[in-house]
Amino acid sequence: MLKEIKALIEKEIRLELRQKYALSGMILYVFSTIYVCYLSFRLKANEMDKITWNTLFWIILLFTAMNAIAKSFTQERFGRLLYQYTLASPVGIILSKIAYNTLLMLVLALIGFGVYAIIMGNPVEDIGYYLLSIVLGAVGFASTLTMVAGIASKAENSATLMAILSFPIIIPILIMLLKISKNALDGLDRSNSLDEILTLLAIDAIVLVLSVILFPFLWRS
Amino acid sequence: MKKNWYKYLSVIFLGYVIIWGFLGHIPRQPVLHETARNLYFHVPMWFGMFSLLSVSVWNSVQYLRTSNMLYDTKSAEYANSGILFGIVGIMTGSIWARYTWGAWWTNDVKLNGAAVGLLIYFAYIILRGSFNDEQQKARISSIYNIFAVALLIPLLIVLPRIGDSLHPGNGGNPGFKPMDTQHTMRIVFYPACIGWICLGFWITNLRIRLKNLEQIHQENN
Repeated sequence: MLKEIKALIEKEIRLELRQKYALSGMILYVFSTIYVCYLSFRLKANEMDKITWNTLFWIILLFTAMNAIAKSFTQERFGRLLYQYTLASPVGIILSKIAYNTLLMLVLALIGFGVYAIIMGNPVEDIGYYLLSIVLGAVGFASTLTMVAGIASKAENSATLMAILSFPIIIPILIMLLKISKNALDGLDRSNSLDEILTLLAIDAIVLVLSVILFPFLWRS
Repeated sequence: MKKNWYKYLSVIFLGYVIIWGFLGHIPRQPVLHETARNLYFHVPMWFGMFSLLSVSVWNSVQYLRTSNMLYDTKSAEYANSGILFGIVGIMTGSIWARYTWGAWWTNDVKLNGAAVGLLIYFAYIILRGSFNDEQQKARISSIYNIFAVALLIPLLIVLPRIGDSLHPGNGGNPGFKPMDTQHTMRIVFYPACIGWICLGFWITNLRIRLKNLEQIHQENN
């Protein structure tokens, strides 16, 4: 099982590296979204409200995640998918997709944070904890959105569906993340965010368990 | 008679609620005054919505276990009536809020929860609309139904952390229980809940029968 997942993750990474323009496209997407925000707010450095700074960052990450993960079930051709599904078990496929998307989100989010901090100014007081919230966010977004991408890819207008299906169910994760990152931003004592982190981990666990249970049904169609 | 008991129950209870809800005595309370009668119409909507949506999810689970199309029809129709109750609940609440809180919509815990819940089920309807194949529609919308509800539950736990509710009985606002020493409101409120829930199941029952007849009609042509 673990071997299978490892092989599938390697396959995903190789596929991604083979079409470098897709990965560069996503990085450019983050970069240009941040720049659009920067110009729209007409900022001088450190002029923005802390809360706005934080919220804007997470919304940019959310849209990046949607774009990056939406294609995780559509980029391969139908025949190849069919072949893959005869080789691997559905649980292996969903777990490897989630793991790979988490990795992808981590790369994008960290690059995004770097660019964002340089352009928009960096008011974060507890960098270590802020990075932790980004890691937690990447895991949460990736696991939820992978399953939704699987659902949306079966329908016709999958781009719209991806957004309307995932926005309402991603809200609990987003609220917890905003709270944790706000605490890190203000440099509050770390024990303050413990509750939120535990809730977030619990939600992630629910999503993982459900994905493992429900994906075999999705895969059959 | 045996199968229709809940319809009689609904007619009798709701007749009683409409007459006694408007004529009966209610305890005097500051701010609320006569608008407290909304308790008989607004609150039961949420009980109705939750019971209908729970039955919808249960039917989705049954569909995935058995692949019997009847369960899918049931699940969709229960979700539809749940949405209807939700919309009526929001409308009655909104009108009430205009006269007691002074605004149509406030950033309240329960309002946000209701709004997100409705967003999820609107997305569910759109998802159902974007498939041509019946089997695929049934399977994938069942998966989304279960997945979304499992994430709605943490949301309802998470939301109260953002802020207190303005609703009577929450966040230091006076509720009805301590005031209602004579049980004048309770004897209307409990029948109202049961009556509205029964009405919800009645509406759904009619819709399911209509859908089944339509299907038979289509197959014969």
